[in-house]
Amino acid sequence: MSTSSRPTTHPVSVSAPPRLAAETCLQIYDLMLRARVLEERLITMYKQGDGFFWIGGPGEEAFNVPLGLLVDKGRGVDHDFLHLHYRSAATLLAMGADPVDALRQMKNVASDPYSKGRNFAGHFSVREWNIVPVTSPIEVQYSIAIGTARAQRKAKGITVVQGGDAGTAEGDFATCMVWASRKGAELPVLMIVTNNRYGISTPYAGQHGYEQISDRGKAFGIQTAVIDGNDPEASYAALKQAIAYVRNEKRPFLLEAMVSRLRGHSSASGANLVKDEIDCVARFEERLIERQILTRAEIDRRRETYTNELAEAAKHVRTEAQPTPESAFDYIFAERNLVGEDN
Amino acid sequence: MATMIQAIRLALHVGETRLGVTDIFGEDVGAPLGGVFTGTQGLETAWNTPLDERGIVGTAIGLALAGQRPVAEIQFCDYAFNTIDLLKLAGNTYWSSGGDWNVPMVLMTPVGAGIRGSIYHSHSFDATATRIPGWKIVMPSNPRDAYGLMLSAIVDPNPVMFLMPKALLRLKGKPSDLLPGEPEDDKQLASMIDAPLGDRSAWKPRWPDVQELYIPIGESRIARPGSRVTVLTYGRNVPMAVAAADELAAEGIDTEVLDLRSLHPYDWPAIAASVRKTNRVLCVNEDTEVTNFGEHLIRRIVEELFYELHAPPRLVAGAHLPGIGLADALEMASVPQKDGIKTAIRELAAHEP
Ligand SMILES: Cc1ncc(C[n+]2csc(CCOP(=O)(O)OP(=O)(O)O)c2C)c(N)n1
Ligand SMILES: [Mg+2]
Repeated sequence: MSTSSRPTTHPVSVSAPPRLAAETCLQIYDLMLRARVLEERLITMYKQGDGFFWIGGPGEEAFNVPLGLLVDKGRGVDHDFLHLHYRSAATLLAMGADPVDALRQMKNVASDPYSKGRNFAGHFSVREWNIVPVTSPIEVQYSIAIGTARAQRKAKGITVVQGGDAGTAEGDFATCMVWASRKGAELPVLMIVTNNRYGISTPYAGQHGYEQISDRGKAFGIQTAVIDGNDPEASYAALKQAIAYVRNEKRPFLLEAMVSRLRGHSSASGANLVKDEIDCVARFEERLIERQILTRAEIDRRRETYTNELAEAAKHVRTEAQPTPESAFDYIFAERNLVGEDN
Repeated sequence: MATMIQAIRLALHVGETRLGVTDIFGEDVGAPLGGVFTGTQGLETAWNTPLDERGIVGTAIGLALAGQRPVAEIQFCDYAFNTIDLLKLAGNTYWSSGGDWNVPMVLMTPVGAGIRGSIYHSHSFDATATRIPGWKIVMPSNPRDAYGLMLSAIVDPNPVMFLMPKALLRLKGKPSDLLPGEPEDDKQLASMIDAPLGDRSAWKPRWPDVQELYIPIGESRIARPGSRVTVLTYGRNVPMAVAAADELAAEGIDTEVLDLRSLHPYDWPAIAASVRKTNRVLCVNEDTEVTNFGEHLIRRIVEELFYELHAPPRLVAGAHLPGIGLADALEMASVPQKDGIKTAIRELAAHEP
C-alpha cells in the first residue's frame, strides 16, 4: 500500500481471500471453537442463575481470533494497545487468556482477574498485555485510543480500537478520525468496526445514511476496507495487512468487518440462538472438512472435550468466594504509578 | 511576585523538565497563544488540539494508560460538561479494573465568575467535580498554592482536577509568598517568561531556576486565624472571605477562614478542629446552592459535630439559576459577594443557642 497519495479505494480485497496453511487454519479453528464454547457456557451460567447479565461475541469469532493472534502482545508502548469492546472474548482467548477467568467474571467472584467481581461479563482488563479496561459506555474507547496511539508515534507498538456499528454514531468515532488523521500528526491506530447491522434492536438502516461505515474514513484520507468478518481467512489476511500498514506507516486504518450476532444483543433479549445469521464456526468447519483438515468426528470430539472442561470449571467457580463488602472500598486511589512502570 | 497564572506556568515548566510531564495540551494551548489565559506559554511540550473536549479528555486518559504524564486543559469548565462520562471513566478505571490500571493525568480548567463572563464563562465546576469519585480535586486561591498544588497533581498517580479560579489568575501573590527560586522583581519575571505581544515566532522564554515546592493534596490552610466563626471556602472566595473577616474585626467579630485547597480528599481534621474552636460555621463557594459541596460539609458537620455547634451552619453559594447573567447587577446577584459573606458571618456570630 502506498502512502504518497490518499487512496480512496479499498486496498484489501473482499473477494477470494488467500488460503491459510492447514496448521494456521487448525489453530484459528480451535480457538474459534473454544471461544464459542466459552460463550455457550457463559450463557448457560446466566440461565442457571450463576451471573446477573451476559453479553459477548458469538458470531464474531472468525474475526476476533485472528485479531488476537496477530497483535503484538505485551506491556508498554512498544507492544500493541487494545481498546476492545464487550464481544471480545475470542480475542482474549487467542492471546492466551484462561477461559475460566471469563467464568469468574460472569460469577462475579473475588478471583475475577479483570475486575474483582465489579464488572459485567466480557469487560476485560489485562495490563500485562496492554488490554485496557473494556467500558460499558459505548464508543469512549475511540477517544481514549487517541492517547495510547499518540504515546506510540515513535514506538514499535500500535493501537487497536474496536467497537460495534451503531456506536459509530457517537461523536467519539468522529473524534478518533479527526485526531488520527491530522497532517503531520497522524496516529498509528487501527480502527475496527465489527458491523453486525444492529444496535440492540435498531437496524443499520435506521441510523446510518451511508452504505458502509468505513466510507466515512475516506473523507479523512484514512485507508479503509470492508471485509467478510465471518471468514477467518479473509479476516486474517485483512488484519495482517492493516496491522502492518499501521505499524510501518504510523497512520490510521479503518477496517470494517461484517459479522453476525448469533445470540442477539445480550441476556436482556434472551441470548437465544438467532436464525438467518451466518455461523462462522459452522461455516469454517465445513471448509476444513472439505479440505480434509478435520473430520466431523474430530470436531465433535473437540467440542465435547471443551464443553466438559468448562462445565467442570463452572462448577468450581461457583464455589469461589464472592468479594467481601469491605472490598468495595479497595482501589479507589493508587499509591503507586503502576502504568509508569510499563515502559 | 508571580501571578497565579505565571505560577501555574512555572509549575508546568518544572513538570515537563523535571517531573516527567510528556504532554501539555488543549485548545490554543500550544504556540503561538499558549492558552487563552497564558498558562502554557513557552512550554516545550505544549500542543494545540482540535476543538474537541471529548477528544482532549480521552487523549489524556489514553496517554496516562500508556504510562505518560499528561496535563490537559479544558479552555473553560463551562465546556467540560460534555466530557463527564469520560471524567467518570478516568475516576473509575483504577477501581473497576481492580487495581490493574491507574490513570495519572491532570486536568486543568478555569472556573467561576468575577470577570463578567456571562452565561458560558462563569460556571463553577466544584459541585460537579466532587460528585465524580476517583478524582482528587484541588483549587488554589493564591500563586504559591497554585504552584505547589500543580506539582503535587503532576506527581500523583491518580487523576487530579486542577480548578483555576479565573478571577484570581492575574493577581499577584504576597511578597512573603515568593516561589523558591523566583526573581524578586515581578517585572523581571514577566520579561523572562511572558510572551511578547505581536510576532512570537522567535521568542523563547528564559526560565528562572525555580525549585520544587509541594503543597500536599488534602491539606487545608488557615488563611486567617480567628475564634468566633469559621468560614470554609476555596478559590476565589478565599480572598473575599478574608477581606470580609478583616472588616468585621472592627466590629469585634474574630473570623477564621479555612482555605480548603483540596476538595477531595478534603481536610476533615482541620475542619473539625476549627469548628470545635468557633462553634459556628459558614461555607462559601460559587457553585449553585442545590446539591452543593458546602452542603456536604454541612451535613457531615451536623452529623459528627452537632453538639459542638452554637448556631445552625450556613451556606452562602451561587443562586440556583440557569446561568450567570452578563450585566453587573446580574452577576453580583448570582454569586457570593463580600457583603453577603459579612452578613452571614455577623448573623452567625450573634447567634446564641
Ligand atoms: C453511551 C451508551 N449509550 C447507550 C448504551 C446502551 N447500549 C449498550 S449496547 C448498545 C448498542 C450498541 O450497538 P453496536 O455499537 O452496534 O454494538 P453491538 O452491541 O451491536 O456489537 C446500546 C445502545 C451504552 N452502553 N452506552
Ligand atoms: Mg451492532
